Amino acid sequence: MVRLAQDEQDMLEGKEGPAKQKAMELLVKYAEALGAERFIDTNNVTIIPGSIPGTEIIQKVVPSLDADEIASKFLLDSDQTVVLDRVKAFTTTNATFRDQRYPEIQIGGKSFCDVLRKMVDYFKRVGIIHLATCTPYQVGNIPAKGEHCAWTESSAIAFCNSVIGAYTNIEGLHSSFASAITGKTPLWGMHLDENRLGKVIVDVEIDMEMIREWYLMGYYVGGELGLDVPIYTNIKRVPDLTRLMALCAAGISSGSIVKFHIVGITLEAPTIEIASGKRKNVRILKFGKKQREKAYGKLNHSNKDDVDIVVLGCPHYTLERMGTVARMLEGKKVHENTRLYVTTCHMIKSLADKMEFTETITKAGGLLLEDTCGLSLDADPSKVFASDSAKLVHYAPGSTGLKNTWFGTTEECIQAAITGKWRGELR
Amino acid sequence: MKKITLRGRKVYGGSVEGEALVTKESLGGFGTFDLKTGIVIDFSHEWLGKSISGKILVFRTGRGSSAWTIAHQALRFTGRSPKAYLIKENNPQTALGAVVARIPSMTDFDQDPTKVISTGDWVKVDADKGIVEITRQ
Repeated sequence: MVRLAQDEQDMLEGKEGPAKQKAMELLVKYAEALGAERFIDTNNVTIIPGSIPGTEIIQKVVPSLDADEIASKFLLDSDQTVVLDRVKAFTTTNATFRDQRYPEIQIGGKSFCDVLRKMVDYFKRVGIIHLATCTPYQVGNIPAKGEHCAWTESSAIAFCNSVIGAYTNIEGLHSSFASAITGKTPLWGMHLDENRLGKVIVDVEIDMEMIREWYLMGYYVGGELGLDVPIYTNIKRVPDLTRLMALCAAGISSGSIVKFHIVGITLEAPTIEIASGKRKNVRILKFGKKQREKAYGKLNHSNKDDVDIVVLGCPHYTLERMGTVARMLEGKKVHENTRLYVTTCHMIKSLADKMEFTETITKAGGLLLEDTCGLSLDADPSKVFASDSAKLVHYAPGSTGLKNTWFGTTEECIQAAITGKWRGELR
Repeated sequence: MKKITLRGRKVYGGSVEGEALVTKESLGGFGTFDLKTGIVIDFSHEWLGKSISGKILVFRTGRGSSAWTIAHQALRFTGRSPKAYLIKENNPQTALGAVVARIPSMTDFDQDPTKVISTGDWVKVDADKGIVEITRQ
């Protein structure tokens, strides 16, 4: 049984109003489901409300589409509608919103764009910052090492734990929204130091210069492990932001890696001994050419080399990638049979506008989308899809119905966009 | 008919019986199944083409997107929920998923449920008592 502190008991008894009461009720059920013994304070929460199911399901449950009722039923799992005044914790939103400029190309069309716009107004009203990104750490939500957070968005969770060294479990929409309202999260899992130690050593045998290899390594290891924390060893090159984002995104797409260590590089892993807590008999996994090929084969399954759709920017593109892509597209034209989409958040797009990256991409025939996700694109399932993100390629079939997918480097994707043909290979 | 009993811990209370659908793999949420039908659409999943609706699901743990619980809650709204989750390794996705799906769920078993239970077995789950009774078909 979970033990409650006085302030938690007060919220549960409704002394601080019905919204906090419902939030605390949900957190208590969740803590008991986990087997947590108590809660810890949090003042850093990210929520993922853009992923609520489409208008048809929402309207079935909330015919009026009233924002308070949608928030109560879909975000807080409360049958009773509660009106929230303000959230207690510092809270930001994740991606999978819609780019309101182009409703027709995104799943759910105008009606879902309208529902989400209404929800954005609701978030502003209750004091949630609308960052609209799967990479909050790029644009103003960077916790400190050791800070207790309640984050959603799988790749950001892996980044928060592994790269930043802050503490978060893989929260869902409902628990994170309840944490935003109460400022509490169960003291369980990644919030406890002993669970952050590595249990499996990954011996990296190949050169890790290319971004693609970081995706393939995460994708392979994610598929091999359950909930264990891996320790990557023998990486001689310090990865940059894009490479770390790739490793985070891939390992939690094929699997459940919410935290990893890279010996000599990430904060909690100065040595193997410290990263593993001197654990004996750790399992050893190899990442060499054969393993890389296995991951590559799982992601590339198209019988046609004509490419119809190229999507870049999952997780949301960095300024470095945006500049690189703009340079690659300078003076070029996207093929008439191919669509090129680049996705990021409105803050990075605003800089891309000022740097004229947006203009270059648009002139070449590409489209820079904000706050949305490649998985929100309304695509004909018979089309051929290519991306430089293993995460996007992994989820595309289930989310959009696209069956023919190619995964490769950013250069290969841009070439495919220009020529309309896939020429990628694993060299 | 052979009967086997497993003991474990309640994740979410209640009792139910039904047919088991078992995988040694983990289970996703977002992009894994169609929310309106409960049919698995993830090409990489062993259950591709099968419906999880009305089944006792037996699997390793939760994986993938943190929109997991949104998808499992949505099945309740569309009337396509599974009957129970029997989870080998409970994680925040499966724990919260059980709470918002509001179906009996258990974990921390005395034996690996993905090995003991086979697809098609008739399974009685009493999560409050922590008992699962399996009848091999």
